[in-house]
Amino acid sequence: MSDNPLGVSRPTSLLHRILDSDIFYSFSHSPITVLSAIVTAIFFLAAAFAPWVAPHNPFDPATLDLLDAFTPPAWEEDGSTKFLLGTDDQGRDILSTIIYGSRVSLIVGFSAVLFSVILGVGLGLLAGYLGGWLETIVMRMADVQLTIPAILVALMIDGVARILVPVHLRDELAIYVLILAIGISDWPRYARVTRGAALVERNKEYVSAARVIGVHPIKIMLRHVLPNVLGPVLVLATIGLALAIITEATLSFLGVGVPPTQPSLGTLIRIGNNFLFSGEWWITLFPSIALVILVLAVNLLGDWLRDALNPKLR
Amino acid sequence: MTAYILQRIFQALAVMVVVAFVSFLMFNFVGDPVDNMVGQEASYEDREEMRDRLGLNDPFVVQFARFVGNAVRGEFGISYRLQRPVATLISERMPATLELVGASALLSILIGIPLGVYTGIRRYAISSRVILTLSLAGVSLPTFVIGILLIYVFSVNLGWLPSFGRGQATQIGWWSTSFLTVSGWKAIIMPSITLALFQMTLILRLVRSEMLEVMRTDYIKFARARGLPDRLINFGHAFKNTLVPVITIIGLNVGSLIAFSIITETVFQWPGMGFLFIQAVGFADVPVMAAYLVMVAAIFVAINLIVDILYFVVDPRLRVDRTVASGSGE
Repeated sequence: MSDNPLGVSRPTSLLHRILDSDIFYSFSHSPITVLSAIVTAIFFLAAAFAPWVAPHNPFDPATLDLLDAFTPPAWEEDGSTKFLLGTDDQGRDILSTIIYGSRVSLIVGFSAVLFSVILGVGLGLLAGYLGGWLETIVMRMADVQLTIPAILVALMIDGVARILVPVHLRDELAIYVLILAIGISDWPRYARVTRGAALVERNKEYVSAARVIGVHPIKIMLRHVLPNVLGPVLVLATIGLALAIITEATLSFLGVGVPPTQPSLGTLIRIGNNFLFSGEWWITLFPSIALVILVLAVNLLGDWLRDALNPKLR
Repeated sequence: MTAYILQRIFQALAVMVVVAFVSFLMFNFVGDPVDNMVGQEASYEDREEMRDRLGLNDPFVVQFARFVGNAVRGEFGISYRLQRPVATLISERMPATLELVGASALLSILIGIPLGVYTGIRRYAISSRVILTLSLAGVSLPTFVIGILLIYVFSVNLGWLPSFGRGQATQIGWWSTSFLTVSGWKAIIMPSITLALFQMTLILRLVRSEMLEVMRTDYIKFARARGLPDRLINFGHAFKNTLVPVITIIGLNVGSLIAFSIITETVFQWPGMGFLFIQAVGFADVPVMAAYLVMVAAIFVAINLIVDILYFVVDPRLRVDRTVASGSGE
């Protein structure tokens, strides 16, 4: 843009601007990042189009045959090409349960992160921009919560919510309870970053100018302060997604997360763990590998994004 | 300095009051405690009498004060599920958890710090890069997956190590230890590695980045120019100055080790507090949950306090400049 002293934006297409940007340059020059982006995209697409992508529908009892139970992966001696990664105790195709399971894991992960971002950024903006007693209360709450690991907070909220929900609704509401628990467990990080940025922006001249001409405080926060925190929040949210997926899997593995009727990756690992000693290793190991690859890819993307958006490293 | 420590102690107490309050709310209002103690056929009068006897009809503040009073003396009522005092249950299982956490903390420090220093000094060596790549995998492996993999390799396939329990435990007073028998040592290997791995990678990465930062400073360059031996520069000058953030993280990590021991204990059916807690969550056993929350919070707060005070020992600057100290709690 330096050859454009008047600062008039050139009429270029959005695609062209993206391909021309620093961020795209650093993206395309990091093979690991490109690879993890591809892996993440495969997971997202497979999860989004699970009914069309999965070779079988593992949750339709009509297609299940107990005679298919405990089939090993295709390359093992008794394996069958019909079930690439083998089957579990009920004859469900492992590859298909993994695809459907990633769908549940990603839905819970995304919703939980969205919930923490809205809660954290909202409270952080209010605390940083308005200050006063509101700031004290919000930030003290964040401090107290940060002394306790997020997984423990999520477990506690999950535990209490399960007691409050009537027994017959527990399985149905399990996913929402989980989203709530994981979402609440992670808001302080977003609140801290947002408040910090809001404190800086609050005293800048353009914000004072907006205030003087009578712009509504909420509009100032959303239009002028919020855009300044989107970068760091995006980085936190990417790493937060990996964390949320791990937390969900952990809670489900511990038996207080998603019920077996609609299993996530964590539930699948929990179910498969019962068969580890009788020799059916594929039931638990393949979902574990899928979980690790997904989390690793998202983590690598987050790492790259942090470096790419950090002005100090440019 | 006294003012600073007093301020920290006050903060710690404030956190404990908040946690106690949350735990109190849970104890009294999540599910009806009377329902959990009397049978289905108890009459309304029986219930009212029980409420009176338990003090549930007293004013809110009085109930809270009584709860705090009991909690300080370690009384948290009776477990709904096991029908035994919560305090006994927890004190029976505490040694198992503390031994596991202690072993993991030692493991992560003894391996994490040397590897961090090494990768920080030999930044471009191939071995450093291999260690760093592996450490990234360590961050992405969920605790329970590590446990399952270890069980699959060493218990199912090789049959070397037990997959559950803590082996033969020896009772010494009220403490039961598994460090006095061979089966106990064998049993703790896999759980402690599982629990330590994540912390180890955190410590490794932190020590490395701190070392890299210190290595760039002028006084290290000056020390090199003076011709001091590498060993003295690396450990006497550089490593010493990475200790403040490293101690913070190690201290705080002991807290998260206790939290993550819930997962490890479930995978390995380790008879500790975490396993007790997760069973309590499954059965909606509120007294056990409330007691665990208060206890773990107390441990965290105590650790935070100790770390804050340790700053003074490690970093002489803080004894002079208190504003730095209040900013370093991040």
